[in-house]
Amino acid sequence: MQEVDKIADFSKDNGTPILKMESLCKNYQLGTVELRVLREIDLSIKSGEYVAIMGPSGSGKSTLLNMIGCLDRPTSGNYFLGDQNVAELEDDQLSLIRGARIGFVFQSFNLINQLNVVENIEVPMYYQGFTEEESAERAMELATMVGLGDRMGHRPSELSGGQQQRVAIARSLANDPLIILADEPTGNLDSESGAEILGILDDLHAQGKTLIAVTHDESIAAGAERVIRLLDGRIKKQEYNKR
Amino acid sequence: MFLFRLKRTVKLGSKSLWMHKLRSTLTALGIIFGVSSVIAMLAIGEGASQDAQEKIAQLGSHNIIIKTIDPPDDQSSGGQQQTMKEYGLTYADAERFRNGIPNVQVIVPNRRLPQQAQYRTRRVSVEVVGTVPWFPEISSERLKYGRFLSSTDVHYKRGICVVDEKLVRDLFGFDDPLGQDVKIAGDYYRVVGVVTEQASGKAKNNLGEKDATGAKKAGANLGCIYIPLNTVQNRFGDMTLQISAGSRSFEKVELQEIIVKVSEIDLVMGTRRTIETLMARFHKKSDYEITVPLELMRQAKEFQRIFTIVLGSIAAISLLVGGIGIMNIMLATVSERTREIGIRRALGAKKRDIIFQFLSETLILTLSGGVLGILLGSLIPFLVTHFGQMRTVITMGSLILAFGISAGVGIIFGLYPAYRAANMDPIESLRHE
Repeated sequence: MQEVDKIADFSKDNGTPILKMESLCKNYQLGTVELRVLREIDLSIKSGEYVAIMGPSGSGKSTLLNMIGCLDRPTSGNYFLGDQNVAELEDDQLSLIRGARIGFVFQSFNLINQLNVVENIEVPMYYQGFTEEESAERAMELATMVGLGDRMGHRPSELSGGQQQRVAIARSLANDPLIILADEPTGNLDSESGAEILGILDDLHAQGKTLIAVTHDESIAAGAERVIRLLDGRIKKQEYNKR
Repeated sequence: MFLFRLKRTVKLGSKSLWMHKLRSTLTALGIIFGVSSVIAMLAIGEGASQDAQEKIAQLGSHNIIIKTIDPPDDQSSGGQQQTMKEYGLTYADAERFRNGIPNVQVIVPNRRLPQQAQYRTRRVSVEVVGTVPWFPEISSERLKYGRFLSSTDVHYKRGICVVDEKLVRDLFGFDDPLGQDVKIAGDYYRVVGVVTEQASGKAKNNLGEKDATGAKKAGANLGCIYIPLNTVQNRFGDMTLQISAGSRSFEKVELQEIIVKVSEIDLVMGTRRTIETLMARFHKKSDYEITVPLELMRQAKEFQRIFTIVLGSIAAISLLVGGIGIMNIMLATVSERTREIGIRRALGAKKRDIIFQFLSETLILTLSGGVLGILLGSLIPFLVTHFGQMRTVITMGSLILAFGISAGVGIIFGLYPAYRAANMDPIESLRHE
């Protein structure tokens, strides 16, 4: 845990920038063609902010989210998480940051099918060195918190989509991260479950988590404080929703 | 911290292996058979080796054994039956050895005769050994009770004898043999001592088949009765009557064997050459044979080495095949679980966590295969001994080796799949269906 404090010691005060991108570019090499997915992104997100990233397919939303989540590295430009330039970090350090500071929520839930609800929530804690008892206790707490207290021994295949996404949210909270990244969190859900999930995300934001969601869903965008619209890898427009 | 991780990784690994029971079992079978064949083959090899070494060692590593053999009939006889045949080692040979060869500790000339021995009303076939008082020095027989022959016995050609335990069983039953008289060819011999059974009898048969007493070889496991050499010479003479295919012939053989014990083990081979030269000078016919247990021991060791290499290679190939099977399955597992790997990476798993996870799965598979292989491999030699009448020896070393090999196979064939899993791009893996 000390190691992660060294490389990713972010200010937890609301209002200070938690991440910053400076003319960040990402290219993919597809055979001989170079695909420029992100072009000259300049972006700053403050601690505790709720940001929605929107845009048509292929506009680079997911790549931007992966970049923020330290799953990918920029081709050029800088990406600062707190004071740390991500481009300079090693693979293991990126893993540490992902595990301890960032929580992921995916469109297709991405739960591990062989594991039950509690075990799925335990996975991130496992890599942070929690003891078995600690992690089991916390996982059960989180499962109860997202309303799955009576489903803890179930496998993902025995749960509805909404329930699975709630497991995923509980899992993203396991290590008490500063940033929660949600990639189309309601994309695979019916509107009722989707609304439930949005409710949970809103609660998290209210608790002070920085929330960044990629979405097509205008209702998410409406709940966010800021909406970033991407087109062809560029930030086309940023809107601040008034509260 | 590390132990805790290990425990959880092992738990996780066992769980995912348990989910594919059939696949895991089939994969482990390769290792099970590989390991058990290593153990079984080494046990059989080791058993055979110890058997041979033991038999040879009973002949004495310092000894050189010169035996009389029936020389091939020379063409001069032209089919006409010789009535008198004279061949073999002589007292003169023994005398020449005594005077002409350096570094000799003792020389034991033996006369061996097949005879019938009688005690009260019981008669059994025995091998009469006319020998000298220092016979025990070159032999593996040990005095049980009483005494062995003495030089005065030899000097006065006394009618006494020492019998071995086998003969005690055959002839005396429960009577105390000491002081009893045994009747052989009309003469009585008083028993003065008992020696242990000649365990090397079997080995001697194997090593020196063509022996002047060839005819009686059929009853190989005869009891032995040791009589002073001079007494034997005096009472039985050098002649034996051979009756074969209706014709009679006499054979004159003075000594059946001379055993030379060399003082230093390093001098054995040199002394052997001296004896060869000496014998070649005085024996025109090839009516003798020189056996050097030390040489046999060396040959046996060399043979054993080759045997072990061959067996080891066969076993190694089966382990290799098992290892390839494991690697194959692990590669399939990795690609099947690409998405899981992506998820774990996104949730904070480092590359080495993924390597550890898959490597531990392979290791669990190979080590449990190794343990089962050791059990099976220990059972096979047991069955071989039981049904095949072959000696087998399972050494601790072979168990450790087999276990080490299965762990090694696990690491070698598990590393590549694990490495591949760890180096997959997390984003790609997450997209994988």
